[in-house]
Amino acid sequence: MPETAPGVQRTGIGRGPGRLLLSLYGVFTVAALSRSIVQITLQFHEAPLAYVLSLVAGIVYAVITVALWRGGEAARKVALVSCSAELLGMLAVGTMTIADPSAFPDQTVWSDYGMGYLFLPVVVPVTGLLWLRRSGRQPQQPAQERTKARS
Amino acid sequence: MLDAVTITVSVASLLLAAWCGYATLRDQPTKDWHFIGMAVVTVLALVQTVVGVVKLAGGEKPHDGTVIFVAYLIGALCTIPAAAFMSLTERTRWGSAIVAAGGVILAVLEVRLFDIWGGISA
Repeated sequence: MPETAPGVQRTGIGRGPGRLLLSLYGVFTVAALSRSIVQITLQFHEAPLAYVLSLVAGIVYAVITVALWRGGEAARKVALVSCSAELLGMLAVGTMTIADPSAFPDQTVWSDYGMGYLFLPVVVPVTGLLWLRRSGRQPQQPAQERTKARS
Repeated sequence: MLDAVTITVSVASLLLAAWCGYATLRDQPTKDWHFIGMAVVTVLALVQTVVGVVKLAGGEKPHDGTVIFVAYLIGALCTIPAAAFMSLTERTRWGSAIVAAGGVILAVLEVRLFDIWGGISA
């Protein structure tokens, strides 16, 4: 993809540690989307709210994955907004599943703060937000200048 | 038979994760040997897929349903190749970290596969 490559170079949100985040979000996207699609097609009546929330989670993950892959300032903003939405949604759903378990007869990816997924759903957005903030603060400076500026 | 393969894949993927995690700590990208390791794990996952499909064709039913079982088999088969690809696009320590993460994810998928198939009794 020649037209996206310069974007990746520009702010580098999808490089280095960002590429690890990008990979994790890719896995999350596939996991959440395939899980919710299977559940919605096969057993939607059992826990409609939980399955729709899983689908929403999957779509948010997909947006972040694409934003990290494309790079650039606009993508960084999209990723920041999506990561915040992800964290808020995750905290809201996590709290709801503990406060009112009857509304969720079946698990979502965000149930109990992502306990079923080793708490990764809560760790990854926080890491993502920190990473996006950092790469936004020093967008174009090469690594050497950054070290000089710090010392 | 399937359980034995599942355990083998789990152990192999955790070894791969540890190996690539070590490369991450030493600030090294993935090397040829790592890719050979990934190939070995992928071949094991392929064996698992074949054994699983043969079992299904033989009329055995997974405890949690065929659709979920097949979905996890496909997921397990694709994890390491996907990690290997991402690692090729990131020739730094973070490329090694991606494969380490992939190994852990595959091990988790194997635990789920074990449960979906029906645990020890099946």
